[in-house]
Amino acid sequence: MTEQSKIKLPQELPLASRRGFLQGAGAAGLGLGLVVGFHWMPRNAMAQKAAAGTPAMMNAFIRIAPDNTVTVLSKHLEMGQGTYTGLATIVAEELDADWKQMRTEGAPADAKLYANLAFGTIQGTGGSTAMANSWDQLRKAGATARAMLVSAAAEQWKVPAKDITVSKGVVSHAATGKKASFGQLAVKAAGITPPAGDVPLKDPAKFTLIGKDVPRLDARAKSNGTAQYSLDVKLPGMLTALLQRAPLFGAKVKSFDATKAKAVPGVVDVVQISNGVAVLAKNFWAAKLGREALEIQWDDSAAEKRGTDEILAEYKALAKTPGLPARKDGDVDAAFAKAAKILEATYDFPYLAHAPMEPLDCVVKLDANGVEIWAGDQFQTIDQMNAAGVLGMKPEQVKINTIYAGGSFGRRATIQSDYIVEGVEIAKAINGRAPVRLIWTREDDIKGGRYRPMYHHVLKAGIDDKGEIIAWQHRIVGQSIVTGTPFEAFMVKDGIDHTSVEGAANLPYAIPNMRVELHTTKTGVPVLWWRSVGSTHTAFATEVFLDEIAAETKQDPLALRRKLLTKHPRHLGVLNLAAEKAGWGKPLPAGRMRGIAVQESFSSFVAEVAEVVLQPDGSWKVDRVVAAVDCGMPINPNIIRAQVESGIGYGLSATIKPGITMAKGEVEQSNFHDYEVLRIHEMPKVEVHIVPSKEKPTGIGEPGTPPVAPAVANALMSGTKMVFRALPLPPTATKSA
Amino acid sequence: MATKFTLNGKAVSLDVDPDMPLLWAVRDEIGLTGSKFGCGAAQCGACTMHVDGQPVRACSTPLSAIEGQKVTTIEGLGGKVAQAVQAAWIKHEVAQCGYCQSGQIMSAVALLTDNKKPNDAQIDEAMQGNICRCATYVRIRAAIHDAAKTVRA
Repeated sequence: MTEQSKIKLPQELPLASRRGFLQGAGAAGLGLGLVVGFHWMPRNAMAQKAAAGTPAMMNAFIRIAPDNTVTVLSKHLEMGQGTYTGLATIVAEELDADWKQMRTEGAPADAKLYANLAFGTIQGTGGSTAMANSWDQLRKAGATARAMLVSAAAEQWKVPAKDITVSKGVVSHAATGKKASFGQLAVKAAGITPPAGDVPLKDPAKFTLIGKDVPRLDARAKSNGTAQYSLDVKLPGMLTALLQRAPLFGAKVKSFDATKAKAVPGVVDVVQISNGVAVLAKNFWAAKLGREALEIQWDDSAAEKRGTDEILAEYKALAKTPGLPARKDGDVDAAFAKAAKILEATYDFPYLAHAPMEPLDCVVKLDANGVEIWAGDQFQTIDQMNAAGVLGMKPEQVKINTIYAGGSFGRRATIQSDYIVEGVEIAKAINGRAPVRLIWTREDDIKGGRYRPMYHHVLKAGIDDKGEIIAWQHRIVGQSIVTGTPFEAFMVKDGIDHTSVEGAANLPYAIPNMRVELHTTKTGVPVLWWRSVGSTHTAFATEVFLDEIAAETKQDPLALRRKLLTKHPRHLGVLNLAAEKAGWGKPLPAGRMRGIAVQESFSSFVAEVAEVVLQPDGSWKVDRVVAAVDCGMPINPNIIRAQVESGIGYGLSATIKPGITMAKGEVEQSNFHDYEVLRIHEMPKVEVHIVPSKEKPTGIGEPGTPPVAPAVANALMSGTKMVFRALPLPPTATKSA
Repeated sequence: MATKFTLNGKAVSLDVDPDMPLLWAVRDEIGLTGSKFGCGAAQCGACTMHVDGQPVRACSTPLSAIEGQKVTTIEGLGGKVAQAVQAAWIKHEVAQCGYCQSGQIMSAVALLTDNKKPNDAQIDEAMQGNICRCATYVRIRAAIHDAAKTVRA
């Protein structure tokens, strides 16, 4: 596909998108305070409309309004990671816009225009790919729009285009003194044929926004309560739905009695859908009381009835047998046979809920022509397809308005579109007679599955008589996120789900004989990607085991890593920077200890040094984390720092707080009192250092997460001489504990 | 029987279930959506409002309990402390997903109204009831210290 064909002009848009706009226009008129209007029209129609005072589409990503605002249509969900600001920065840079005129809003679901180029033909956000896959695309979109504005000015002023300059949103011709804003030129510019072939892109040496801390576009709205989330969407006549799901994964409704639920004032209807029984009411409170009054008999015959202890016991038994190969270097068995010493360790990781602050929710408005959905939508075209499937409609009849998500960490990107399908099924069950707002309660969220899978790792290293690691075997046991889904076809190769072994199968350390194996297990517990995915467990297992080897062979953990990473300059770069800034090797006061870990994830590199303070009673606290990151050319250093701070906090939460457990198939946690998460008093001081780079930018939403748990465990190990082989770490670290 | 109270300076009378939590009364019946639902159990603080100046978890406060009292939400914040806090929140770019931040700001305003120079320990104590899954805690602390300076100036 050529770049030119990726950036389509409005006239080339499929009819479906235009229909989507027309559906949306109705809702835009409802005064929702939401930006849902979208201007996909043939170019002539658009020019006419624009002349009448509506915005002009320069291309699929850039809209310029008469008031001189430039709106970037983001194909990516803004869930906190700063993508709305980052993507707008690329466009503004190439456009030579003034930062103050920039806006961003969610693009509609349209795989043809807005596919994540890292995902192929799917529009979605994940794997820290937003910046990486948009970089070239948005630079070209911005540069093309700039060229069109310059051509428009040249035509209007009858001067050569080459004599026109653009700076901070003003188009000027020095010799004649003529000036125009983007807003003044946009209508004419939108009618100009974009330049054929490659438009020249700005020399990075001339960047004025990229690499600077331009302010986040959403900072104000998120500091005064006006930012709009799915929970805030209100449509006339809208009903609130709460769904009672089965207490066991895989159970189904056998029968139910809604008499008492329907007697609750405000309850309007009770309907059964594939996933349970939904109560629809005039407000949340009535829906909640109605749901509590439901009497449901469940069919548990196909349900998962094991507890997590039993599942783990099965994993441990499985780990004694070889798994499928994910990596094979050298002759591992021969190396072990001649090793002077063999070390072995097992590591355990619990199921983890994502627990974003905004529990899952969406608003669905269904009529005979189509359906319109408002959601913090992370998988737009997957959700579009699944919603269409429920309704027997075409995907283009499903209009998705992507608005802010109150966090996600992966939870809103489900291959099965769980919460979207529920909302659509409920709307269908009442024949679309009212818009439906589906809300998950926190209990629904914690008990609702789609967890980071539980994993069991077994690591074995062979050490020769000089203390060198000559053999490495890593066996991983756990569920695959994608097996059994449509994603299996392109994400599972030779039985290996890449997301189960990432961080282990690509271990960068120079060890001549290495074998990584995977046992993919099956349970009834639904699982999902959780911020940084495979590296949430592989980084801990490999980095803690390496420190155990360092201790056993009496080597400094940093020195050992340096020795094993000579061929990995970007790993070394972050490792050395973090170590230097943290003062690695300098003496520490009594009770204070340091640990280090490094991990590549999603093509970004992060090293972290954790400083832990141990009290005489064995209790401990992470006081400081120093991080160094290399995510290619830094677009917005302040957002990079924020994401690393956030990734560290998210990872630290799972380092010190217990995960999800099940007894007889039932989840034992329900809300933040028993599924605890990191609070402010547990947050360490964080320093983030960015490695300067001219490489193409890569992601930073996730890569800050993996190194923190092993860095903390390694700090504790160095100070206590204890080993730490499971997450969460114990709250007290004493020999007797 | 209707519940009467003052919301952001205006008299309100709501004839709904007196057990309905203040959060849902304000969101669903009155239509102010800045205060968020995060847990429904007074565990996360996303719903924090001020009742007679004190921070309360509105998701777990029945409407009947605020009869005759003055309720302030993020939409009704005003005055020197609130302005300083919100300006500091923007300057430090505290918000990421932003969902918990109304509640964080309400707690921070209550803290700085009582204590113009909180130390880190006092900030931690006052803000412990507000969860942020984006873990913006480092910036929350910095913004509160910065806002405190403005308030004292």
